[in-house]
Amino acid sequence: MRGREDEWTDLMRSANAGDGVAYHRLLKSVTPVLRAAARRGLARAGQAVDQAEDIVQDILLAVHLKRHTWDAEAPFAPWLFAIARNKLIDALRRRGRRVFVNIDDFAETIAGEPAAETVSAGEVAMHLEGLPARQREVLQSIAVDSTSIKETATKLSMSEGAVRVALHRALSSLAAKLRKE
Amino acid sequence: MDTDRLIRTLAADNDSRARPVGAVLATALLVALPVSAAMLLATLGIRQDVMTAMHNPFFDLKFVVTLALAVPAIAISLHLSRPEASLRGRGWWLLLPVGILALGISGEMMLPQRLPMMTRLVGNNSRVCLVAIPAFSLPLLAAALFGLRHGAPARPALAGALAGMLSAGLAATMYAAHCNDDSPLFVATWYTLATALVTAIGALAGAKLLRF
Repeated sequence: MRGREDEWTDLMRSANAGDGVAYHRLLKSVTPVLRAAARRGLARAGQAVDQAEDIVQDILLAVHLKRHTWDAEAPFAPWLFAIARNKLIDALRRRGRRVFVNIDDFAETIAGEPAAETVSAGEVAMHLEGLPARQREVLQSIAVDSTSIKETATKLSMSEGAVRVALHRALSSLAAKLRKE
Repeated sequence: MDTDRLIRTLAADNDSRARPVGAVLATALLVALPVSAAMLLATLGIRQDVMTAMHNPFFDLKFVVTLALAVPAIAISLHLSRPEASLRGRGWWLLLPVGILALGISGEMMLPQRLPMMTRLVGNNSRVCLVAIPAFSLPLLAAALFGLRHGAPARPALAGALAGMLSAGLAATMYAAHCNDDSPLFVATWYTLATALVTAIGALAGAKLLRF
């Protein structure tokens, strides 16, 4: 438990130093924990647990876009769980239930959770359609067709810098659309 | 979209770097301060006898009190822009201006006064004060909310209330240069009412604007 959370902190520090692989590993590692907590929250609120993946993706987007609010001197897990808790409460409230989310829901999750199956969710895909054309093309290319930034730049005849900017804007607008729901 | 793809996409965007909340908040406030100052100069102006007034400790005390509100409120709101943060350990900083005012009031009580207490409390400018401080604080409040939106406050209404306090504190600092009521009793009554109003506006706006 302690070990896993220390590992997260180290991964996030490396990610901030520019290590994309460490960042990828971190997100892969936190996802099952977030998924289990989202399922538990939904179940307790009497909601279908198959909506959990939408909540997980919403949390991941918020983690990504707000990661500059993490203090690199502090452990990563409390920050992560605070973001997750906030998003879970929002999601349950939107589904019209009174909610009680315990911070322990996140911390308690046992290592023995089913290993990261990859799960699909509808909300992000739905909002993808509503993005401005350029942002959508870039996001489609990188997220759906798994093309690298470099290849995407060649394919869409853009500079790599412009692809990066469009990608970041696309992710920010997705998060804004999810929030407005 | 499946979560693995989303994760890969987020990792591809790892090189994007957002500016720290403190930098965004500072820039926004530095842009808004001249706007509020211009509002003051264009409408009320600075009091005529400001050079003599500066030798009056009760005139100077007004600036100490308003800054003792604004500075801690800035620090606390910045702290609250982190999702795991709470008021604990920092909330008492907001008692600082209250304590200074209390000292000021007892100081004034001990000195012989030309005017009776109620006259000093009601002053000449109470209505102007109640309008001017909230009005001058609006550009600052907008700037503070803009800066804090860049963060991730877990309690948006509370963060908004702090944004209200910091903008009222800064606006009152400017207004104090116009106001010729220097009695700490006046400050404790009317400045506090004006601050409470702006704090409430900040809390309402924050609840809507500061969710992430």
